[in-house]
Amino acid sequence: MSGKEVVSILRNPLVTEERTYKQVSDDVITTLETPPSKMWWISFITALCVLIMGIGVVTYQVRTGIGTWGLNKTIGWSWDITNFVFWVGIGHAGTLISAILLLFRQKWRTSINRAAEAMTIFAVMCAGVYPVIHMGRPWLAYWVFPYPNTREIWLNFRSPLLWDVFAISTYFSVSAIFWYIGLIPDLANIRDRSTGLRRKIFSLVSLGWTGSHRTWHRYEVLCLILAGLATPLVVSVHTIVSMDFATAVIPGWHATIFPPYFVAGAVFSGFAMVLTLLIITRKVMNFENYITINHIEAICKILLTTGMLVGLAYSTEFFIAWYSGNEYERFVFINRAIGPYAWAYWIMVTCNVIIPQILWSKKIRQNLVIVFIVSIFVNIGMWFERFVIITTSLHRDFLPSSWAMFSPTWVEVATFVGSFGLFFTLFFLFIRFLPAIAISEVKSVMNFARKKNH
Amino acid sequence: MKKKLLLGVFEDEHKMIHTLEILFAKGVDVFDCYTPFPVHGLDDLLKIKRTRLPIVTFVAGFTGLAVALAFQYWVSVVNWPINVGGKPFNSLAAFIPVAFEITVLFGAFITIFAFFLRSSLFPKLDTESIFNEITENHFVIALDLKDGTIDVDAMTKLFALQGAIKTETKGVVL
Repeated sequence: MSGKEVVSILRNPLVTEERTYKQVSDDVITTLETPPSKMWWISFITALCVLIMGIGVVTYQVRTGIGTWGLNKTIGWSWDITNFVFWVGIGHAGTLISAILLLFRQKWRTSINRAAEAMTIFAVMCAGVYPVIHMGRPWLAYWVFPYPNTREIWLNFRSPLLWDVFAISTYFSVSAIFWYIGLIPDLANIRDRSTGLRRKIFSLVSLGWTGSHRTWHRYEVLCLILAGLATPLVVSVHTIVSMDFATAVIPGWHATIFPPYFVAGAVFSGFAMVLTLLIITRKVMNFENYITINHIEAICKILLTTGMLVGLAYSTEFFIAWYSGNEYERFVFINRAIGPYAWAYWIMVTCNVIIPQILWSKKIRQNLVIVFIVSIFVNIGMWFERFVIITTSLHRDFLPSSWAMFSPTWVEVATFVGSFGLFFTLFFLFIRFLPAIAISEVKSVMNFARKKNH
Repeated sequence: MKKKLLLGVFEDEHKMIHTLEILFAKGVDVFDCYTPFPVHGLDDLLKIKRTRLPIVTFVAGFTGLAVALAFQYWVSVVNWPINVGGKPFNSLAAFIPVAFEITVLFGAFITIFAFFLRSSLFPKLDTESIFNEITENHFVIALDLKDGTIDVDAMTKLFALQGAIKTETKGVVL
């Protein structure tokens, strides 16, 4: 099977070192078969501690009430909904990599889609905490689902808040099952390498997968179908989230640009988080041959594109506010730039529009330290974008006598930090117990741009 | 079901494909192939018809759409209409987001369920695999020995000639 190796000059190989199929399985699965490293334990325990802190704070807040937050009559939503939209936005990159890049036949997605989809599921779980805890009576959260009840009342299907319930639930369940379907062949691979209890567990979850081609044929069609369903789903989910604001009447919210603006922003922030996670994961798990510098570059290019889309949306909003002649709309945007929250606004613009511009340079795109720092800035900038949209539009709307200021309490800050604890706990569990790279998919594309003479 | 299969094991998918082409030319019916990843070109060589799963998706999605719209209409117009901000009871535009989500939900889950059913995939405690190496790096051609039309010796010779690392007769439960 070995012979002279010819590498294409037009296309980059998707796996940068010559690997055999067995080596691919070994590279990914050996970490699951051996006891975890000290670094894993430190990271996992840290994340778990942060999560436990978060659970404690949320318990305190639910028992005591929303008064533990810094909200008031004027600013009824702030950190809670900012964080909700932040986490949902992060989730969108995973589906984009899994679904949209599959439809576009982009083979390079195969080494990053598993981790990215896992990130989506965990991010949506973090997001889902907020709508529940921001209710006055979270123990009645199940009331948001339409079921025949003794209150003899249904839900208001004309409300975007209810559309959100359906959108987020559907997004979570479809993403989870799509991720699981992708896992089945790899779980079978782990099963076949194991004995004893591990074999029993992986037998259960790999559903008796044999590798039969008849099944592979249906499986490939199924993945295309799910990708075709997930793509409009992901666009619809963040559109519906944006409708929470766009269907309101207050200036700064009531704008038709919100759906595409939010979707582009979600892709932007999601890819920034993917970049943050992958740069660390590839180093720690020795996946540099699979998550190659070309992958990082491709993600940087997507980041640059969506960053400019977001910048375009900012300018459009501002222009339309001026062009409309509406004094309230005009004021909101001037207030954002020079009012009491101007510091937040300018952090947002710097992090989202200005800093990503350095990614035009190929040399910078290939410098992982700089790229990592840029991704952190984008994450920060996108958090501030949601904060600016929500809080600054609320704090000064139509009636000056209602104008107020908001600052977060320790409870809100601790809850947000706790959500990162949840996210990272789940992520570290994932890389410990499940294959973080889609092994069978990588095997099917790894000889791309590489030709072996027999 | 229990099947008696003649299994030719290859380490290289190209050798497997070449062997399948020979079998196809000879008119031998291949029962199935077992591979670590989907190898392209096998659909024609195994004479597999295109799956009808997309039809399931369409019907399921359409059902979801109908159910969602009907339910929202019934709730908002017939059973308990509530005047919220003067918005019309029967507002099709407002019903679209939920209807879309339910369409996708039904489409996805019912198709997946159909896939599991059709491929006999369900949680199994004891899985003895055909060969443990299939999911790792081996490519297997399986011929069904039930009618006795397969000449075992000739096929074994053919597999060996084409580079199979081993040929085995095995009873498997599928």
